[in-house]
Amino acid sequence: MLRMKNVHKTFHPGSVNEKCALAGVDLTLKPGEFITVIGGNGAGKSTLLNIIAGVYPVDRGTIALDGVIINESREHVRAKYIGRVFQDPMMGTAASMTIEENLALALRRGRRRGLRWGVTKKERDYFRGQLAQLELGLENRLKSKVGLLSGGQRQALTLLMATLVRPKLLLLDEHAAALDPKTAVKVMELTDRIIRTQGLTALMVTHNMRDALKYGNRTVMMQDGKIILNLPEEKKKKTSVDDLLKMFEEVTGNTVNNDRMLLA
Amino acid sequence: MYFTIFLGTMEQGLLWALMVLGVYITFRVLNYADLTVDGSFALGGAVAARLILGEIDPWAATLVAFFAGGIAGLITGILHTQFKIAPLLSGILSMIALYSVNLRIMGKANISLLRLDTVITGVTRLGVEEKWAALVIGIGAAVLAVILLWLFLNTEIGFALRATGDNGQMIRSLGVNTNAMKILGLSMSNALVALSGALVAQYQSFADIGMGIGTIVIGLASVIIGEVIFGANSIMRTLAAVVLGSLVYRIVIAFVLQLGLEPTDLRLFTALIVTVALASPVLKAKVQRCFFLGRSETGAENEKCA
Ligand SMILES: Nc1ncnc2c1ncn2[C@@H]1O[C@H](COP(=O)(O)OP(=O)(O)OP(=O)(O)O)[C@@H](O)[C@H]1O
Ligand SMILES: [Mg+2]
Repeated sequence: MLRMKNVHKTFHPGSVNEKCALAGVDLTLKPGEFITVIGGNGAGKSTLLNIIAGVYPVDRGTIALDGVIINESREHVRAKYIGRVFQDPMMGTAASMTIEENLALALRRGRRRGLRWGVTKKERDYFRGQLAQLELGLENRLKSKVGLLSGGQRQALTLLMATLVRPKLLLLDEHAAALDPKTAVKVMELTDRIIRTQGLTALMVTHNMRDALKYGNRTVMMQDGKIILNLPEEKKKKTSVDDLLKMFEEVTGNTVNNDRMLLA
Repeated sequence: MYFTIFLGTMEQGLLWALMVLGVYITFRVLNYADLTVDGSFALGGAVAARLILGEIDPWAATLVAFFAGGIAGLITGILHTQFKIAPLLSGILSMIALYSVNLRIMGKANISLLRLDTVITGVTRLGVEEKWAALVIGIGAAVLAVILLWLFLNTEIGFALRATGDNGQMIRSLGVNTNAMKILGLSMSNALVALSGALVAQYQSFADIGMGIGTIVIGLASVIIGEVIFGANSIMRTLAAVVLGSLVYRIVIAFVLQLGLEPTDLRLFTALIVTVALASPVLKAKVQRCFFLGRSETGAENEKCA
C-alpha cells in the first residue's frame, strides 16, 4: 500500500532557521492496516502526514503508493487516493459553504469537475443518509453554513468528507485534540467505526497514549524526525501507557517532559 | 431635469455593475484583493474605442475587449501562482503595465467616439427610443451577467472556485488545483471589468487613459454597500445585492454632487466610504467595549477606549 524509504525533509535549508523535520523515515503500511503515531512536540508527525499528502516535496528518499512512486505528483493529484482530517476543525471544511456543498465537493474528490450542477437532488438524499449515521442531527441541516457548526460537528463532517469517496489511505492528524474530552471520545469512536467498517488503511497521529494503544493495529513512535519505536499488534495489546512511557525513556535516553503526552 | 439626473445615475450604476460583479468575484469569492481592475477597466475602454474607430462592428469590439480583460487577469494570475508574487503586488504590476499597453492600443491619451456607431446606437436601431438605449443595455448586461454568474457558481467548477477562496488547503486535499482556480477567477473577473469599461467608453463617447483610476475603490465601495444594505445570505441574493450596491453608490454620488461636492473630490469621498466600511467591525467593537466598560466599571476604565 504505502511504502516510504529513507524520507528526508529539511525546512529552510541553509538559513539560520534550518530545521530538519524528517531524518530518514522508513514506513510501510499494508492494505487495511491502521497505524497510530505518537511522539513529542516537533517530532515530525505532522510533517510526515503532510509529505505523504504532497503539501511539500521530499528532499531525499521515495514515497510509493501501491508500488507507484508518487514523489513528483502534486497535492491535488495525490488527493485522488488520500483522505485527510486536520487537527484544526476549521481546516477541513469551507466555512462559508453549506453542509451539502461541502459534501458535494468531497464526493468529487479524484473526479474531473465540469459545468454540471455542483450538487444534485440524488446526492442530497445520499448525504442525508450518510449524515444520519453520524447521529448529530446534521441530516436536517443540509443548507446550514458549516461555519455555524461546533468544532466536534465540523470534525465529524470532515471525517465523513474524507471517507465519502473511499480513500486508499486516510491521514488523521490529531483530529480530536482540539475538542473537549467528551466530544473527542465521540469523534475517536466514530473514526474507529468508519475505518473498521470500511476496512480503510489509515495513519493516525495522536497525543493521547491511551488512544494510540486502544485503536489501530500498530503503533509507531517518532522523535527528532525518525521512527524510534514500532509496536506490532501482538505487543501492543500487552502494552500499558506506563510501559509505553518507559519504552520512550529507554529509546531516547531522556524522560518524557511533555505535559500533553503525560496527561493524556 | 431631475429625471435626467436619475436616468443617468441608473445607467451609470448598471454599466459599472459589471465591473462591480468582477470585483465581487475576486474580493469576495476568491478572497483576493486584485488591483488589476484599474488597468483592465481602461483596457476594455481602449480596446473597444480603438476597434470602433477602426470601423469594426461595436458588438465585436466589445467582445474583444471582454477577452482582452480576461487575458489581463490571466497574467495577474500567472504572476501570483507561478512566480509566487503576493496578490497585491501581482495586481499592481499588471495595472502599471496595462497603462503602457492601453496607450499603445489607443495610440494617444484619448479617443472620441462621437458620431460613431456604438452598441448604444446599435440598440436604437433595433427600435429602442434613444433616451432608453443605455438603460436597456445596462439592464440587459447586468441581468445576463447575474444569471450566468449564478449558474456558474452553482456548477462543480463554481463550487471549487468558492472553496478555493474559502479554504485552499482543504480544497487541495479534495483534489482541486487551486492555482488553476485562482487564474480562472482572476480572468473571469477582469473580463467582466473590461466589458464594463468597453460599455462605459461607448456610453460616454470616449475612452481615456485615466478612465480606470480608482475603479477598484468604486468596486469595493459598491460591493460593501450592496452587501450591507441588501444582505449576502445566498449567492443569488449577493449577486443582486452587489448590482444594487452599484446603483446605490451612484445615487449617493449624485446626491453629494447636488449638495455641492466638487467632482474632483469624488475619489476622496469614495475612499472614505470604503475606509469606514472596512473599519466598521473594529469601530463597532471599540464602541461596544466602551459601552460595556462604561456600564460595568468605574469611570477611570472609560479612558481606555478613547
Ligand atoms: N512549514 C514549516 N516551515 C518551517 N518549519 C516547519 C514547518 N512545518 C514544521 N516545521 C518544523 O519541523 C519540525 C517538526 O514539526 P511537526 O509539525 O512535524 O511536528 P509534530 O510532531 O507534528 O509536532 P506537534 O506535536 O507539536 O504537532 C518542528 O521543529 C517545526 O517547527
Ligand atoms: Mg503536529
